Amino acid sequence: MSTRTFVVKGARPLGADPADLVLEDGAITEVGTGLSRSGAEVVDAGGLVALPGLVDLHTHLREPGREDAETVQTGTAAAAMGGFSAVHAMANTDPVADTAGVVEQVWRLGREAGHCDVHPVGAVTVGLAGRALAELGAMAESAARVRVFSDDGNCVSDAVLMRRALEYVKAFGGVVAQHAQEPRLTVDAQMNEGELSGVLGLAGWPAVAEEAVIARDVLLAAHVGSRLHVCHVSSAGSVEILRWAKSKGWNVTAEVTPHHLLLTDELATSYDPVFKVNPPLRTAEDVAALREALADGTIDAVATDHAPHSHEDKDCEWAAAAFGMLGLETALSVVQEAMVETGLLDWAGVADRMSVRPARIGLVEDQGRPLQAGSPANLVLVDPAARRRIDPFALTSRSRNTPYAGRELPGAVVATFLRGRPTVLDGKLV
Amino acid sequence: MNRHLLSAADLSRDDAVLVLDTAEELARLADRPIKKLPTLRGRTVVNLFFEDSTRTRISFEAAAKRLSADVINFSAKGSSVSKGESLKDTALTLEAMGADAVVVRHSASGAPHRLATSGWIRGSVVNAGDGTHEHPTQALLDAFTMRRRLTGGEGDLAGKRVTIVGDVLHSRVARSNVLLLHTLGAEVTLVAPPTLLPVGVDTWPCATSYDLDGELDKSDVVMMLRVQRERMNLDGGGFFPSAREYSRRYGLDGRRMGLLPEHAIVMHPGPMNRGMEISAEVADSPRSTIVEQVTNGVSVRMAVLYLLLSGSDGIGEDA
Repeated sequence: MSTRTFVVKGARPLGADPADLVLEDGAITEVGTGLSRSGAEVVDAGGLVALPGLVDLHTHLREPGREDAETVQTGTAAAAMGGFSAVHAMANTDPVADTAGVVEQVWRLGREAGHCDVHPVGAVTVGLAGRALAELGAMAESAARVRVFSDDGNCVSDAVLMRRALEYVKAFGGVVAQHAQEPRLTVDAQMNEGELSGVLGLAGWPAVAEEAVIARDVLLAAHVGSRLHVCHVSSAGSVEILRWAKSKGWNVTAEVTPHHLLLTDELATSYDPVFKVNPPLRTAEDVAALREALADGTIDAVATDHAPHSHEDKDCEWAAAAFGMLGLETALSVVQEAMVETGLLDWAGVADRMSVRPARIGLVEDQGRPLQAGSPANLVLVDPAARRRIDPFALTSRSRNTPYAGRELPGAVVATFLRGRPTVLDGKLV
Repeated sequence: MNRHLLSAADLSRDDAVLVLDTAEELARLADRPIKKLPTLRGRTVVNLFFEDSTRTRISFEAAAKRLSADVINFSAKGSSVSKGESLKDTALTLEAMGADAVVVRHSASGAPHRLATSGWIRGSVVNAGDGTHEHPTQALLDAFTMRRRLTGGEGDLAGKRVTIVGDVLHSRVARSNVLLLHTLGAEVTLVAPPTLLPVGVDTWPCATSYDLDGELDKSDVVMMLRVQRERMNLDGGGFFPSAREYSRRYGLDGRRMGLLPEHAIVMHPGPMNRGMEISAEVADSPRSTIVEQVTNGVSVRMAVLYLLLSGSDGIGEDA
């Protein structure tokens, strides 16, 4: 909680008419026009859009284990620079976050760093090995209060194990976030299976390997009456299955990454591993379907799948390179380009998909709240008129593997507040 | 001017014909008592092989030596995909040694492309086979062989019907051949069991068929691809049920050879699995160009090195 008081002058909440917001004692205490407080610091937010602080359901902070690629400190700093006030830290660390001890460690590192809230994701299975359930209850009851469980990086491909996990987390209102990838259909897979994989001679990752698992899992979730979240949906076919599941009223949610909203498999023709990611970049038709699904709510949330990798793990031939790309510091800009500037979402829609709904999915009560008196003062101020050229070496993340290097993107985060305390001000880390 | 040969698609029709014509001139050298030209004296050609391929390496080595280049053979076995960083380190080493051309064979598709575009080296890169992607000099020597047998060693291959049979899915030879033969005007048909044709093959500039017998009587060339026996023992049931069934449906034996037109030739990039995709009777028949292909490989690779390294008459677009 901050002891400083801020008056944010002239921001446009969710893109609406300009208003002033007073932030004191960690909360928004007043929204209106012509507001002031004696002794308050004034933030001139003319022309800026105010959104609730962004919530990422899918972040790889790499600590413990790969501190050469990212740490909780650097990853959460990157998150704040991207406008996030909360991130969910994926479990595929080393050691794996499959015990109360590891999730509490990550949670504490997040508190010490202070750039944004860190909600550790617990592994579904011991060691992400897909054989035995991890101690989900112990993680839920730990100081980290884990509610999202995922073997992300690996699919919980065993149908019985997936069923048990879906059932078990009901005891504490948890959700299983599935990395949908049928492993036998994707052995050594390198890129989207299609016209280009055949020409480039790279082993294909067929969309059906994702769609088949999503189809199975929505049926399982309905059967046992549990809650399923689908990570990084990448194909038009997946969207159709989710639309059908939602039409049945089943408790299924889904996320899409910024890169799957903007980039296509054509980029693999460069053989530059910066474009190697899992699930792979797919076709322009898939991109169009994903945008439409995010706009109509079939896909609930944008989640970054921020995946830092050391230079060594990307500066090599395609097949040898690691999967994954950075996302936190460019997510909002990519969503602006793909969704706002195309007229598919307004800023209220962006707030819904990047803050309100992800907070609801992750059961994060103090995030994704309306910008009104009484809400915690978690917010981001973004300049939608700014344009910036992405320089990998100017990023806050410890890694450099952004697929947008040299690309001009719209929008810039000017300030981020976490419970009334600025974590980013004037576009710089506080 | 082009600096690299990474894909058969880098070559226009005129580029390809120039390579073949140049190879034809250089082939005459082989009939002389002294088989050497001074053209590349003082230039260094590195054969960088991350994958075993004695045949291809020796062919490039002979080609470079006949042009008087200094040849360094760099076998980086064991430095494959699992230790990818070594591609870069090896490249930096070669750059420091002043390689004018790097002939690279690698198990990872796109590795030569990475070498050529990553800024690690300045020399020309020649793809000598990358993963399941391409093998452009093999396609050139195949086209050279077809031209000698079918068009008197001149021009392109307009209207010639070429049937390529076997494991297209994993074959860099098939990919490069489809691209180059299409460029040269030939009509290509790929024949394979459906499990060994890649997704998207319907967009390639060729036809496809599952029925070998139906293609033979209209073929000027039948090219048999090597089929690895391991392919049937993989998890998931393999790509075909048994070697026996594969041979019955897609192997070229004496009976099938009898269905070919009188003038048709039989090709194979080697190494062969006798009794699997090709019977000994066919491999050793006068229609077979298999040994000739090896000889022609040297002339074609001389032409490629000559055109890439000897100045302004480059081939293809700058990659």
